[in-house]
Amino acid sequence: MTIIEVRELTKQFGEVTAVDRISLRSGEGEFLVLLGPSGCGKTTLLRMIAGLERPSSGHVLIGGRIVNDLPPRARKIAMVFQSYALYPHMNVRDNIAFPLKAQGMPRREQLERIQWSASILGIDRYLNRKPRQLSGGERQRVALARALVREPSVFLLDEPLSNLDAKLRAMARDELQTLQRRIGITTIYVTHDQVEAMGMGDRIAVMYEGRLRQVGTPREIYDDPADTFVATFVGSPPMNLLERDDQLLGFRPEHLLPKDAVQFAPDALEVNFQVTRQEYLGADRLLYGVVSGLVEETKTISRLPSTISYPVQAGEKYDFVVRRGDVKMFDKRSGQRTAAEPAFLAGTR
Amino acid sequence: MKLTEAPARIRSFQVPYVLDREGLLGVAMLLPAVVYIVALVGFPLVLAIVYSLSDVTIGNQTIDFVGFRNFDAVIHDATFQKALKNTFIITVVSQALVLVLAKILALALSADFRGKAIVRFLILLPWTTPIALGAIGWLWMLDSTFSPIDWVLREVHLLGPGTLLGPDRNLVWLGRPNLAMASVIMVHTWRLLPLATVIMLAGLASIPQDIRDAAAVDGAGFWRQLFQITIPLMYPIMAIAVLFGIVFTFTDMTVVYILTRGGPVDSTQVLASWAFYKGIQGGDLAQGAAIALFLFPVLVGVAVLMLIFARRREIA
Repeated sequence: MTIIEVRELTKQFGEVTAVDRISLRSGEGEFLVLLGPSGCGKTTLLRMIAGLERPSSGHVLIGGRIVNDLPPRARKIAMVFQSYALYPHMNVRDNIAFPLKAQGMPRREQLERIQWSASILGIDRYLNRKPRQLSGGERQRVALARALVREPSVFLLDEPLSNLDAKLRAMARDELQTLQRRIGITTIYVTHDQVEAMGMGDRIAVMYEGRLRQVGTPREIYDDPADTFVATFVGSPPMNLLERDDQLLGFRPEHLLPKDAVQFAPDALEVNFQVTRQEYLGADRLLYGVVSGLVEETKTISRLPSTISYPVQAGEKYDFVVRRGDVKMFDKRSGQRTAAEPAFLAGTR
Repeated sequence: MKLTEAPARIRSFQVPYVLDREGLLGVAMLLPAVVYIVALVGFPLVLAIVYSLSDVTIGNQTIDFVGFRNFDAVIHDATFQKALKNTFIITVVSQALVLVLAKILALALSADFRGKAIVRFLILLPWTTPIALGAIGWLWMLDSTFSPIDWVLREVHLLGPGTLLGPDRNLVWLGRPNLAMASVIMVHTWRLLPLATVIMLAGLASIPQDIRDAAAVDGAGFWRQLFQITIPLMYPIMAIAVLFGIVFTFTDMTVVYILTRGGPVDSTQVLASWAFYKGIQGGDLAQGAAIALFLFPVLVGVAVLMLIFARRREIA
């Protein structure tokens, strides 16, 4: 199994620093997700790993060797593009065969490998079709088959699911992860979709403005965000941030619950919650409103699972609680997480 | 209001809405082009067909039909046969050169380098020059005594007494049949290279970056990428470039007229120049028209191919 590593990697386009001194190391056979909003540098980072972009400084290591000077074809990587980048003038068989031909593999062996990868992805029936005769989902599988066929040491995926419609995407997510687990290739997966990142990644690397903000398992990213960016980027609706002195008090919407609906919780913080609007979403309810009491009046969201049938009227005030353990503190100026429990929380105990 | 009552209908002939009627607008927009084509292409073509079947001359413009006698006379004329052959040779060779050179130039120009805009401008320049001016420039370049090309060849010791191309001090480009043909082909190539290059640059730019990246990651080097990805994806647009070139070269008489007047001894005569000499300068309008009509089948074929290729662009 191959480990991918980048050290102090930087890429500048003129004045703009797209990737800013990023160091990151994958595990063996790991599914590592690069998550961030568009323009955060995640695709540039991926392209530098692939060799499609030259780093301004820093190193890319694949399997422990510095590959900065190697062209893409010498890096034994396979990449799947957002647009799939199938060769439109070739049929599916020739598309999949292309990397094998480039290696100079004997014809008979090529056919066996094509058959193997096509059957894994269930596209045996389409081998003679041209890409334009395929649906989005089918094209995506062809792109995966082409990446898979020469058994690369590394898989690089650049938003491979974002051109699929929502229903197909959920299915493809499942299939893609199953496939990766089965063949166990180290995979780097770029996405701006936190649901994909949370659902598929062994670990997630959150990027913003060219910097790495946090690396961790989906649970760590969600439960222990390193700063306010990660806290508000991951999770939908985002974490509530309430100002108090020079600190920000953060808690997830699902942690803000009606006092009456929570069974005995001795360490709970009590707040006043004035509901201004509610949204019924089926599995849960979103309550939009203003929290007061503990902090300045701040717009806040609460998410109640539909199993809590607590009656709420817009315009009314209610007593809500947050468990002390669910409150994260951030420094107001830097946005960084502060570990220490502030005095005012200790005082209310 | 009762349901049976027909609602009032607002007519769209009212001034503000007239232009929203696609039928009307379409006719209005197409009309100038139709008038233009009928007057400047359709009418002369019909006239040429009528002339070619008659005995009309510059002196006697009454039209008496004589059947295919003019075609018969033209076909058996040795100069015509030479001109027909030359027209094909010049067109095929110059377009083959244009295809290869334009492809190379387009690849070079699609790369990023300093001064790219200036180089692109310079390469486009021949296309913006009127063909007659360009040809006059070449007349000097190929002059029998003062040719700068000869001068350069002499300076690098390829021409002159005791050298590879010697012993004469000049090659006399336009005075020897083979060199004269080569000169005409060279000028046609020079003239059409810019257009073909620009068309191919557009074709190159239309290949998505992802596809090139995918090929690079899949292990394709420069040549594999060129011959298995870039060129196949560019077939349709390359065909368009070549077909344009064929039309311009096949029908052109300016280059031959200015450089050689068809000489020496009709060795560079082409259909267009021969039709001009025969019909206008020789006064035999009927035979001139018959010669010119031999351009027609080739041009129809090219036009049909162009329309087919224009439909068949395959970049998904």
